[in-house]
Amino acid sequence: MKAACPDTNVPILEVCDLGMRFGGIAALHGICYSVPRGIIQAVIGPNGAGKTTLFNCISGMFKPSAGRIVFVGREINGWAPHRIAEFGISRTFQHVALFKKMTVLENVMLGRHPRTRCGFLETGFRLPGMRSEERQIRKKGLEYLDFVGLADCAGLDAGTLPLGKQKILEIARALATEPRLVLLDEPAGGLNMKETEELGELIGAIRRLGTTVMLVEHDMNLIMDISDRILVLHFGKVLASGSSAEIKENSAVIEAYLGIEETCADLPERVKGRDNAGY
Amino acid sequence: MGKKNWLIMLGVAVFIGAFPWLVAPFKAVSHYTDVMVFAGIFSLVSVGLSLLMGYAGQISLAQAAFFGIGAYTSAILTSKLGINPWLAIPVGASVSGAVAWFVGVPALRLKGHYLAMATLGFGVIVNIVLGEEVKWTGGPSGMADIPALRIAGHKIVSETAWYYLVWSVVFLALIFCFHILHSRVGRALRAIHEEEKAAESMGVPTARYKVSIFVLSAVLAAIAGSFYAHYVTCVNPSSFNLMWSIRFMLMVMVGGMQSLWGALVGTILMTFVGNEWLQVFAEFEILVYGTILLLVALFVPGGIVSLIPRRIPGRRQKVSASEGAGS
Repeated sequence: MKAACPDTNVPILEVCDLGMRFGGIAALHGICYSVPRGIIQAVIGPNGAGKTTLFNCISGMFKPSAGRIVFVGREINGWAPHRIAEFGISRTFQHVALFKKMTVLENVMLGRHPRTRCGFLETGFRLPGMRSEERQIRKKGLEYLDFVGLADCAGLDAGTLPLGKQKILEIARALATEPRLVLLDEPAGGLNMKETEELGELIGAIRRLGTTVMLVEHDMNLIMDISDRILVLHFGKVLASGSSAEIKENSAVIEAYLGIEETCADLPERVKGRDNAGY
Repeated sequence: MGKKNWLIMLGVAVFIGAFPWLVAPFKAVSHYTDVMVFAGIFSLVSVGLSLLMGYAGQISLAQAAFFGIGAYTSAILTSKLGINPWLAIPVGASVSGAVAWFVGVPALRLKGHYLAMATLGFGVIVNIVLGEEVKWTGGPSGMADIPALRIAGHKIVSETAWYYLVWSVVFLALIFCFHILHSRVGRALRAIHEEEKAAESMGVPTARYKVSIFVLSAVLAAIAGSFYAHYVTCVNPSSFNLMWSIRFMLMVMVGGMQSLWGALVGTILMTFVGNEWLQVFAEFEILVYGTILLLVALFVPGGIVSLIPRRIPGRRQKVSASEGAGS
């Protein structure tokens, strides 16, 4: 494991021999990888390679059938998702999973949940501390909206936003939990070129906050532009990993992934088309 | 709880406060005060159910059972054991809450129809227990001569006194629930309703919240049950059967599930429909309820309060304009 990334000190996330089976299908098999702190880590691979499954395992939505996931020194596999979120991993979803009937601001305020504590009795009886906590939640929520550039939409229902802004709002909501690691699942899916460019800048800004970013993405331009490291999955296994320059030169990757360039090139388009059709 | 809700509450409070005086001079409707006492009692149940169903998105067909647990706990403690009725109310609420917790922890892992069936089954079990435990509950004929509530040594007997007592409790419960809704807890509940997976990933312990809100709704139902027992002074199992669970659900749906005010409006309306206007249908009233449920679900799924315009339409047009530019 250590040998896999000799250039960093302590990895923020280590995955050891991770396996995830659904019945007879091994969606992930023997994944060993570690993510250095404070970088932008891309995860790529053809459809069905296990990228989203990997995210679901890390964020606790799936319980891995084998192996270990170690986050800042603690083994977190088997933890409930809300506990993992509290411990510092947040995420967005491939298919936007916003609370559509809540306002944009309320969505981000919900993200403050693991960092606040008033329960039924405190809120019901308006006990001291509850009001100031609520003010704090609102203030922080606005700060995160401001950070991603959605402050002027704060009062709108999240469902009324165009898809591009919904994707950004999901990132703001994830950041509001103050994660140490944020998982972005196809953040550029369904975005146009200008929006994708802005997304790239936003991801850079998130890294400058000190938050490690992992992203699954099909937009190769974006990936090559912003990633510090790239992990390539293929049929649930690690095919290659390294910097974007190394990946571009890697013969195994070219053969399995970039080698079928024609089908790959139109892949993001098809993803865009599908996502747009859904909303 | 927001300026708007305080204003509505003020308006509703003035109306509720004046109601007995408005109907008193007219012989034909003077007994409406009595109907409104029942409406107030049922409102406690439906407000809790509105939190559970409308906000957290969890269905329950067991509310009549919790209502019954409260009523019978009060009845047994006060008439058989001679305990002070005011003490019996919190005891009933605690018993109901504890039962809800035991039922809710496994049952709330289910979703949709399965949860409805599980809670329905539980409701039937409670009803059977109330009918069969003759020694404690009096069996199918129930219990009578439940002591009245007393304030400073005076029995509360007049309808008007009951009216103000019950509706004060309703308003306290409403304020409590509004406070919960306009807080991180309320946001978490709505988030669970809309996107449970996302809520969980944002750090909301969804299972715990679902059980908690189920317990809260059961506690409110039990408090209502205690008031019911002391007001009517007799109880029997037929007031707590499945039909009543359906009625409570109907009250919430008719008024509007996504609003506590809707629960209140629906409850008052359905109480008048059930206690007053539909008496002529007798045993056939279930047909009328079915029809109402169908019509509401088909034509006003948001309930009566959804017919009141909520927002200024101009605000949305701005976004749709930028949507066109964005994509």
